[in-house]
Amino acid sequence: MSTATVKAPGSEKAPSGSAPGTSPAPGKPGTAEGRIGLRANLRHIGALVRRNALQIKQDPESMMDALLMPIIFTLLFVYVFGGAIGGDGGSGSRDQYIQYLIPGMMGMMGMSIAMAVGTGINEDFRKGVMDRFRAMPIARSSVLIAKSVVEIGRMLVAVTVLLTVGFLVGFEIDGHWLGMLAAIGLTALFGASLLWIFILLGLTMNTAQAVQGVSFLVLMPLQFGSSVFVPTGTMPGWLKAFTDVNPLTHLADAARGLMLGQGEVANPVMWTVIWSVGLTLLTAPIAIAKFRKKT
Amino acid sequence: MTREKTTNAVEVRGLVKHFGETKAVDGIDLDVREGTVMGVLGPNGAGKTTLVRMLSTLLQPDGGTAKVAGFDVVRQPRELRRTIGLTGQYASVDEKLAGWENLYMIGRLLDLSRTDARKRADELLERFSLTEAARRPVMKYSGGMRRRLDLAASMIGRPKVLYLDEPTTGLDPRTRNEVWDEVKNIVADGNTVLLTTQYMEEAEQLAGELTVIDRGRIIAEGRVPELKAKVGGRTLEIRPADPGELTRMVGAIAQAGLDGVAGAAADEESGIVSVPIVSDEQLTAVVALLGERGFAISDIATHLPSLDEVFLALTGQKATHQDDENEHEEVAA
Repeated sequence: MSTATVKAPGSEKAPSGSAPGTSPAPGKPGTAEGRIGLRANLRHIGALVRRNALQIKQDPESMMDALLMPIIFTLLFVYVFGGAIGGDGGSGSRDQYIQYLIPGMMGMMGMSIAMAVGTGINEDFRKGVMDRFRAMPIARSSVLIAKSVVEIGRMLVAVTVLLTVGFLVGFEIDGHWLGMLAAIGLTALFGASLLWIFILLGLTMNTAQAVQGVSFLVLMPLQFGSSVFVPTGTMPGWLKAFTDVNPLTHLADAARGLMLGQGEVANPVMWTVIWSVGLTLLTAPIAIAKFRKKT
Repeated sequence: MTREKTTNAVEVRGLVKHFGETKAVDGIDLDVREGTVMGVLGPNGAGKTTLVRMLSTLLQPDGGTAKVAGFDVVRQPRELRRTIGLTGQYASVDEKLAGWENLYMIGRLLDLSRTDARKRADELLERFSLTEAARRPVMKYSGGMRRRLDLAASMIGRPKVLYLDEPTTGLDPRTRNEVWDEVKNIVADGNTVLLTTQYMEEAEQLAGELTVIDRGRIIAEGRVPELKAKVGGRTLEIRPADPGELTRMVGAIAQAGLDGVAGAAADEESGIVSVPIVSDEQLTAVVALLGERGFAISDIATHLPSLDEVFLALTGQKATHQDDENEHEEVAA
């Protein structure tokens, strides 16, 4: 963007902000309302969700991450680390580790799936599809919201696969079904807040590859510097300071509390919600503004 | 409609857009009357796409004003978007979706009911001869089919003004003609069209009036025949059956002293004699002369001046082929 000396005031305003009420369109009575009503907005989002879903149908490989990642990671961690991490090397410690790992990995699924949204947005821009959308009489945010809806759907698929694999290798929730649903909901909430960060990345970086590279750099420390895979007790103080604030730690602890019925629940749930809402409030407006102004 | 009859569908005054140091659009005035086709002709980097992007609210102008169908691009962007259709290198369809799905989606985004969106998609696919490919994903379309779908997509909302941003760049000649035919049909229906192009021939085929721009400024404007007269007509190219006759042919044309015919030249390499002509009479006279003298001719053609020749004639200097830089600015934002 240049340092524009734009002539008209309020030119960069949000679709909900510029004032069509003050100036009904000349010469086009009836159809010229600029404001987009809620119902129209929902219809637009619906049409765009359909588009994203059809893309997946056309290109099933794009679901590979949601389907395979939970399987591979579960098997890898359970059978490579599972026996050793418990300490005595027996299959009993593996069973213990499964109980620890599966709830922890739910947040990781949310995060890894969210990562893909940045590259998708970036591609839409490069291929010109975005320009058509942005030259149409729809709220520009609806493009992003539709994308988020589909990505949250993909997160739920990944979490479902994760839990299924978990149950197959011996994960038990001892009847805490409501807790499980709550943990899934919490994962979706957290994942949704992460989407905005990756959307922002996708809008900022020049190429899809760059988006992926940077996303990965963000992802790794957050995932491993948390209580997702191992308890944080043995970590040095400086790292523990990081893991203690890491939202993935809170989410992992919350999911364990909810699904296993042991350990703290209220505190980690609260911190997960605070993180999710905070991240959304902070990044969503920036992402939407950037999307609107991107040239 | 309560407006007077001869309104301008597009009214641009002193429009400016800078990208850093580059003045992509540097003070352009433009009027497109309702129901006419305005061609904007210029080389790569002249500011054509930047202009179209400002007129479709995709870019904020740095100065000047622009109105489309009476709506200001800066103050009434959403009303304006309801009245335009955009087709071009930068406003594309979704490659992964089938042609029908693309059109249906756009119909829904334009607030058509499900039934109407379905009907409109079918109707437009039929009109642009894409019914058979309706269910195929766009990435399997040929270049020409894709452009036709692009056109169909921009027509869904029955726009008052249609922007065609280099609609045939990168197409082979046969496909180009195909797209031209579709554009001509759209024009025949009385639509207002703003067309950008790098090709004089395309401008002549499709546009009634022309604005020639270079480096973000207008360097010439007028009706196509007027501009063509300024530029100096066509070039007649004759290929003698026997390449050895090249010089003899040039000599014969020069000596005959035909009215206004001068500057015949032979190109040994391509084996062609080229003669600048400004009228059909001159064309007939030259061909008749060669026939009388018994020259065996294997090929004969006329062609319009290239963009470079147009620029040379209009400005006395070569066109500035800038890099695509400022037209691709969006990537760097």
